[in-house]
Amino acid sequence: MIRFILLQNRQGKTRLAKYYVPLEDSEKHKVEYEVHRLVVNRDPKYTNFVEFRTHKIIYRRYAGLFFSLCVDITDNELAYLECIHLFVEILDHFFSNVCELDLVFNFHKVYLILDEFILAGELQETSKKAIIERMGELEKLE
Amino acid sequence: MAMSGMRGLSVFISDIRNCQNKEQERLRVDKELGNIRTRFKNEKALTPYEKKKYVWKMLYIYMLGYDVDFGHMEAVSLISAPKYPEKQVGYIVTSSLLNENHDFLRLAINTVRNDIIGRNETYQCLALTMVGNIGGREFAESLAPDVQKLLISSSCRPLVRKKAALCLLRLYRKNPDVVNVDGWADRMAQLLDERDLGVLTSSMSLLVALVSNNHEAYWSCLPKCIKILERLARNLDIPQEYTYYGIPSPWLQVKTMRALQYFPTIEDPNARRSLFEVLQRILMGTDVVKNVNKNNASHAVLFEALALVMHLDAEKEMMSQCVALLGKFIAVREPNIRYLGLENMTRMLMVTDIQDIIKRHQAQIITSLKDPDISIRRRALDLLYGMCDVSNAKDIVEELLQYLSTAEFAMREELSLKAAILAEKFAPDLSWYVDVILQLIDKAGDFVSDDIWFRVVQFVTNNEDLQPYAAAKAREYLDKPAIHETMVKVSAYILGEFGHLLARRPGCSPKEIFGIIHEKLPTVSTSTISILLSTYAKILMHSQPPDPELQNQIWTIFKKYESSIEVEIQQRAVEYFALSRKGAALMDILAEMPKFPERQSALIKKAEDTEVDTAEQSAIKLRAQQLSQTSNALVVTEQSHANGIPPGGQLSLVKMPSISSNVDDTSAGERLSQENGTLSKVDSQPPSADLLGDLLGPLAIEGPPVIHTRSSSNSGLEGTVVEATAIVPAGEQTNSVQPIGNIAERFHALCVKDSGVLYEDPYIQIGIKAEWRAHLGHLVLFLGNKNTSPLVSVQALILPPTHLKMELSLVPETIPPRAQVQCPLEVINLHPSRDVAVLDFSYMFGNDRVNVKLRLPAVLNKFLQPISVTAEEFFPQWRSLPGPPLKLQEVVRGVRPLPLPEMANLFNSYHLTVSPGLDPNPNNLVASTTFYSESTRAMLCLIRVETDPADRTQLRMTVASGDPTLTFELKEFIKDQLVSIPTPIAIRPTQLAPASPVAQPSSAPASLTDPGAMLAALL
Repeated sequence: MIRFILLQNRQGKTRLAKYYVPLEDSEKHKVEYEVHRLVVNRDPKYTNFVEFRTHKIIYRRYAGLFFSLCVDITDNELAYLECIHLFVEILDHFFSNVCELDLVFNFHKVYLILDEFILAGELQETSKKAIIERMGELEKLE
Repeated sequence: MAMSGMRGLSVFISDIRNCQNKEQERLRVDKELGNIRTRFKNEKALTPYEKKKYVWKMLYIYMLGYDVDFGHMEAVSLISAPKYPEKQVGYIVTSSLLNENHDFLRLAINTVRNDIIGRNETYQCLALTMVGNIGGREFAESLAPDVQKLLISSSCRPLVRKKAALCLLRLYRKNPDVVNVDGWADRMAQLLDERDLGVLTSSMSLLVALVSNNHEAYWSCLPKCIKILERLARNLDIPQEYTYYGIPSPWLQVKTMRALQYFPTIEDPNARRSLFEVLQRILMGTDVVKNVNKNNASHAVLFEALALVMHLDAEKEMMSQCVALLGKFIAVREPNIRYLGLENMTRMLMVTDIQDIIKRHQAQIITSLKDPDISIRRRALDLLYGMCDVSNAKDIVEELLQYLSTAEFAMREELSLKAAILAEKFAPDLSWYVDVILQLIDKAGDFVSDDIWFRVVQFVTNNEDLQPYAAAKAREYLDKPAIHETMVKVSAYILGEFGHLLARRPGCSPKEIFGIIHEKLPTVSTSTISILLSTYAKILMHSQPPDPELQNQIWTIFKKYESSIEVEIQQRAVEYFALSRKGAALMDILAEMPKFPERQSALIKKAEDTEVDTAEQSAIKLRAQQLSQTSNALVVTEQSHANGIPPGGQLSLVKMPSISSNVDDTSAGERLSQENGTLSKVDSQPPSADLLGDLLGPLAIEGPPVIHTRSSSNSGLEGTVVEATAIVPAGEQTNSVQPIGNIAERFHALCVKDSGVLYEDPYIQIGIKAEWRAHLGHLVLFLGNKNTSPLVSVQALILPPTHLKMELSLVPETIPPRAQVQCPLEVINLHPSRDVAVLDFSYMFGNDRVNVKLRLPAVLNKFLQPISVTAEEFFPQWRSLPGPPLKLQEVVRGVRPLPLPEMANLFNSYHLTVSPGLDPNPNNLVASTTFYSESTRAMLCLIRVETDPADRTQLRMTVASGDPTLTFELKEFIKDQLVSIPTPIAIRPTQLAPASPVAQPSSAPASLTDPGAMLAALL
C-alpha cells in the first residue's frame, strides 16, 4: 500500500503531497524534509529504493523533480517504480510536454489526475487513455 | 506558460515565485492568509467562485509548508455546495487538509452519504474518492453497505465501481467487520469475472486485503485468479490501452500473484498445472531488454512470480531455476535488479534444501556488502545474516567485523547486533565467540548494547574451559592505550571473577591486574565504578595469602568511596570494606558466581520481535508461522540453525536486562548477580493450556509420549500442573522442563511428512529425517543441544512394537554445547500393525534428569506406496476378494465431517491413492495402495468409502487385501484418521486389548498391544 506520494524539486519545495495515512501536520513537514534529504543526495547510479523508517521509498528523478512513493516493506518495488513512470506519462500527455511550472500553476489539476490514478493508496486505473478521457469529462463540467 | 484558469490564483503563485527570499515569501503568505481570513468572516458576500479560489490558495500555502489553521470549516462546507465546481474543490481540499482524526470531518458524513446514494455519478465519484483517501472508522460503519452496493451494481459505470472497490478497501482496513464474509465471498468471486481491467485492478487490491485476513472464506476466488493471470500472461483479449510497453498490465499481474500467495496451497491438480505453466513461461520468457521501463515492468512480474513459486513449494527443478535466476541477478551491475536479487534470495532461505545452493554465492554477496549504495549493503547484510550457519559463520562474521570499521553510523548498530547474534548462534567454538564479541566492543563500543556484554559474561561463567581464555583476552585488551568503557566493564568483570586463573602468567599477579584496571577508574562513569569496586573486592578475596600492600591500597579506595554521593557506589564501598575485614569468611560471600540459568538470548529475542507495519500481513511471514506451527521444516542438520527457534520457543522466564533500563539505578554487575539468584524460579513456568491438553489427551490412549511435570517445587506457580500430574502413577519419573510446542501435533505432522521436529524443550531439539523404501526405513535423529553448556548422561532407547525391527546407532553420552549429533535408525517392517514405536529419551541438565517418551513416526502409512489403478484392474481384484477375513466392512460413526474433496486429500496424504470417478456414485470414494512388509511382501490394498450426504458423521468403509491382518489393520488405521477425537473405544474395538490407558512404555514392548492376539479374538 502506498503510504504517501511526494513531488519535490531539488531545493525541497513540495509540488504535490498526498497522504493515504493520517499524519499530523508537524509530522508531514518532518516526513517531507527527511524524504527530500534522503533522495536528493543519492547518486543516480544507485538503486531507486531506499529504506525509510519501517517502510521504503521508491523514487525516481525527472529533470529537477523527485517523485517519491512510500510503500510497505513487502511491496513489489519495480511495480511501484513503473507506477511513477506511468503517472509521469499521464501528466506529460495531459499537459503536452510537462514541465515543473505546469505542475506549479496547475497543482489542483495534478491532484485531480492523481485521484483518478490512485485511490486508498492502491492503483485504481492503469489505462492512460481512460484517465485522459476522464479528465476531459471533468473539464467540461467546470 | 500554463495558467491555472483562475487568475487570482495564478497571480498569487507568481508572486510567491518572485519572492527573493524566504522572508519575503513569508510576508506574502501572511498577507494572503490575512486577506482570506477577512473574506471568510463575511462569508455571505463571497461568490462561489471566490470561495473556490481562496480554498485553492489555502491548499497551495499549506503545500508550501505553512500552517493553515483556519478555513477547514469553509473547505468542508463546500462539499455541500449545490454546484459541481465548488463541490469538487470542497472534496479535494478537505482530503488534503484534514485527516480521519479531524472532528470537522464527521460533520460531512451525511452529505457524503447523500452523494454516494444519490443519482449524480460525478458526485458519487467525488464522495467515494474522499472516503477512499481519508475515511475513518465512523465512515466505515455508516457507509460500507452503500459502497458495497455501488461496487456490484450493474447500472453503474466501471468508473464508479472501481472507486467503490478501493473505497471499500479503505473502509475494510479501518474496520474489517464491515465486510460480512458470508455474503461477500460469492460477490467477490463474481467481481473477478469483470472484463473491465480498471475495475479488475481495483477489485484485486481489495481481494488481497480480504484473503490476507481470511483465505478460507475466499477459496472460490482462487481458480478465478489463476484464470486472470493466464489471460494476462498469454495476452488474451487485453485492450491495447492496458498494455504497458507491450506487457499486459504488469500491475494487475503482480497483484493477482500476490493474492495467490495468501492461499496456503493449491490442491486442484489441474489448477496447479495451469498456474505452473504460466509461472514457467514468466520465469523462462523474461529477457533483459534495452528499454528501461519495459525491463522494470517485466522484472516486476518476474520477481512476483519467483515469490509465488517459492510459496507453492514447486518441484525441485523449478526451484533451482529460481535460484539460478537469482544467482544471475545478484551478479549484475544494474543496481535495482541486484538489490531485488539479494532481497529475494533472502526470502528464498525459507525454502528447504536451498541453503546449500545459495551458499555457493557467498563471495558474490560479500562484494555487495561493499557496494557504495547503502540500500544494496543492507540487503547484502540481511542475506548474509539469514544464510549464516555453523559452516560459514566464521567467514561471514569476520566480514561483518571488517566492514564495521568502515560502515557509516546509520548501519553500525544493526551490524554489531547481527554480528553478535551470529557469533552466539553459530560459534564453532566458544573461544571464537569471546574473540568476536571483544573485537566488536573494541571496534564499535558505542554501538554495542549492554545485552551483548551481559551475554558474554553468561557464557564465560557457565563454561569453565572458557574462563582462563576469556581472562587472558580481557587482560590483553586492557593493555591497549584507549579502550571503550564497555571494554572496561567486561574486562573488569571477567578479571574479577577469573583473573586468579592467570596467576602464574607474567603481568597477571593480583597486584598487576588491580593496577591496570585501576588506571581506568578516573575516566569511567559511575555505573562502571560500581563494577570496578566489585572487581577489587574479588581480587582481594583471591589474593591468598593477603598482600598487605594491595590490601591497603584497596581499602583506601573503599574508604574514599564511602562518602560517594552515588548511593550504589557508597553502599558497595561500605559493604566491601566491612566484608574484606572478615578474613576467611570473605571467601564464602564473595565466591565465584554460580552458573546462570539457560535462557533465550535477549539479543535473539530482540531480533525476532522486530515488527514492521504493513497494510497486509506479509505472505512470507504468514507462511513462516504456518511452517513453525506444523513444524514441517526448519530442523535438519544445518537448517536447524536457520534463523532460530520457532515462536513457541520463546522463553519469558527471566527478564533480561534491557539497554533502555536505567543502568544507574542498579548497577549492571549487581543485576547480574540477582539473576543468578533466581534460579529456583526459572524452571517453574506454568504449562500452557496447550500442554495440558497434551497431557490429558493422548495419555488416555497410549500413555507414553508425554512429558510429566514436576509437582514439587514452587507450588504457587504450579497449581495447574499438580492437577495434571495427578493422573500420573506415583513414582513416575517427572521432569522439570516444559516442552516447546505440542508434542502430539508434532507427531501427527511427522506422520505425513518425512522431516521435521519431533520434540523440543529449552535445552534440546530432536529432529527427524526419514527415507522410506518398501518395507525398509532409514531415519536419522538429530539431537541438537541448544545451550552453552553440555548436555550429559544422554540416553536414547527405542521401544519397538513387535512388528518392527529397529536398530539405533550409538548415541553419545554427552552432547557438546550448541552441537548437533546425528543418530541413524534403521527400521524393518515385519508384518502389518498399527502399533507405534517409542523413543525413550533422557538427559541430565544441572541436577535435573529430564525424561521423555516420544512416539516415533514409523507408522503404518509409511510402508504404503501410492498406486493408481484403472477400473479394469480394480473391479476384478475387488471381486476376487470375497469377504471376511480378506475383505472387511464396517459402518463408522462419529466421523469428523469432511467435504469429499478434503477426505480425498486426507487419503492421498496417507499414500492411499484416490481414483476419482471410479465409483459411479459421486458420494463414494475408491482408493488403492501397496503395502510392504517382510511377511506380506508388496500387497495391493483396495478401499471403498461410501458416505452419506445427509449425515457426514457416518460412513461405510470396506477394505480388502490378500492378507487378513493387513486388511484389519489398514481398516482400523484409516478409521483412526477419520474419527474426530480418537477415544479408547474407537481405537480398540475389542475389549481384549489391554485396557491400560496409562500404560508406560518403560514397561517394554511386551506390554504393548499384540495385534495378533487381538485379531485372533476378532476373527
